Amino acid sequence: MDAISYQRAADIGAALSAASQPGAMFIGGGTNLLDLMKGGVMRPMKLVDITHIDALNGITALPDGGLRLGALVRNSDAANHAWVRERYPLLSQALLAGASAQLRNMATVGGNLMQRTRCAYFYDTGFPQCNKRAPGSGCAAIDGNNRMHAILGASRQCIATNPSDMSVALAALDAVVRVTGPNGERAIPFAEFHRLPGDRPDLDTTLQAGELITSVDLPPPLFADHSKYLKVRDRASYAFALVSVAAALQMDGGTVKSARIALGGVAHKPWRAQATEQALVGKSLDKATLQTAAALAVQGATPQRDNAFKVSLAQRAIVRALQQAGGVA
Amino acid sequence: MSPADTHPHDVSDAAQKPSRRRFLQSAAAAAAVSAAPLAHAQQQSAATPAVAPPPAAVPMMPVKLTINGHPYELQVEARTTLLDALREYANLTGTKKGCDRGQCGACTVIVSGRRINSCLTLAVMHDGESVTTVEGLAPDGDTLAPIQRAFIEKDAFQCGYCTPGQLCSATALIDEYRKGDASAVTADVRFRPAQLSDDEIRERMSGNICRCGAYPNIVAAVKAVATGNA
Repeated sequence: MDAISYQRAADIGAALSAASQPGAMFIGGGTNLLDLMKGGVMRPMKLVDITHIDALNGITALPDGGLRLGALVRNSDAANHAWVRERYPLLSQALLAGASAQLRNMATVGGNLMQRTRCAYFYDTGFPQCNKRAPGSGCAAIDGNNRMHAILGASRQCIATNPSDMSVALAALDAVVRVTGPNGERAIPFAEFHRLPGDRPDLDTTLQAGELITSVDLPPPLFADHSKYLKVRDRASYAFALVSVAAALQMDGGTVKSARIALGGVAHKPWRAQATEQALVGKSLDKATLQTAAALAVQGATPQRDNAFKVSLAQRAIVRALQQAGGVA
Repeated sequence: MSPADTHPHDVSDAAQKPSRRRFLQSAAAAAAVSAAPLAHAQQQSAATPAVAPPPAAVPMMPVKLTINGHPYELQVEARTTLLDALREYANLTGTKKGCDRGQCGACTVIVSGRRINSCLTLAVMHDGESVTTVEGLAPDGDTLAPIQRAFIEKDAFQCGYCTPGQLCSATALIDEYRKGDASAVTADVRFRPAQLSDDEIRERMSGNICRCGAYPNIVAAVKAVATGNA
């Protein structure tokens, strides 16, 4: 790891000021950033430690009945907070499906949003080609081992996937990411926070230079009784998703009143399956209906050499997650 | 760090042979601006530095930690991980470096009551905090902690390299379960898990890899302590 300078920021103003210096980056839990620094993938000159800024911590109720998760709330604390468990069990499940207990004790809500892809070609500087790490160098994954890669929304520049579980649940819950920066505060709808690779795969999010995530706001809870985060992976625990599904339903007896479905492991960002959601409204959760709706989620999928299995796996995972969310499994 | 330095048998001959660890300790001590409150590694070296400090050294930063109840004042580089601070600067080599990338759990310690991977955090980020390592689990020198006794009784290790991390992790796991924390295998996260089943233990210990494959006995040891049968 390169030598770095370190500054502990006392408040948001000091953090923004310190981050305006060349080569500076914020550090929260550090679980992804330090790993990438050890591998030489990311090489900041200065780390601005935001973990002692009280204003970024804590979970508070919002006037509209929603919940505000401070950017520094640890993944384990968010997952086990009584209000999150009662009102947003989907989020609690997704958080608990990610990483290990030790890493969840370190990783923050804001940092989880900023996780880089786990594409092996991005992660290993021994591979010269990676448009995300070295723009213009090419994509080694397109002609390489791409079993873990995207089947939806990829580009000829990049087929990486977003590794976060938490973000898949937040996409389904229509969370809002609040940020502050040199040009003031703004609120970013979750669907607009992460981006597709297009011809700028080096950019994972729509955060602007120097901006700091302050909180994630959840709208009032609608889905606590019928939700499921289903994660399919190569081993039972402590592995990234091949495919994951965040399914949330509002039921009127046996009929779907509204549905939210987001997929992980299939795209450069959490992937909302809106056609599937719409196809379920007014329907019952019988298997034929679910299979028809699930097929809509992968229309236009462009699998790579090694990951065609994800197209059928995603559909089956959607069906199972909806059955479990609806209590018909 | 060479593989030999992280081998479980490296401790016994460390006193005789020069090693990178001892070099780092000496270099760090030479750069220290104040002596440690207790007679720990850096202080004793500060009086008689064994080797000259490296040229154009990276600036050192002071870090105060309470490790296993004892105050330490270390001088470390900003990039020094908590793991390296414990092993190379505080000379507490019970905490092991396995993958050094947050994947194996050998470096697990308890910081301010929470188990973390000490390889993926910087020592300077923990200035003023308290750390418990495997050396601090036993209440005194002659009495092992219940989880340590259970690991022996249940034969929960073979080579022992992952054991310090397993013990710290299991200690925190039992606290987390008693608080009512849920896990990925908890049937409904809206309620406390009904019991600490084998599945719950396996899930909650999944951040600690055991290459010898002592998992069934590790589960048995954790279960014995959690259910008061140790």
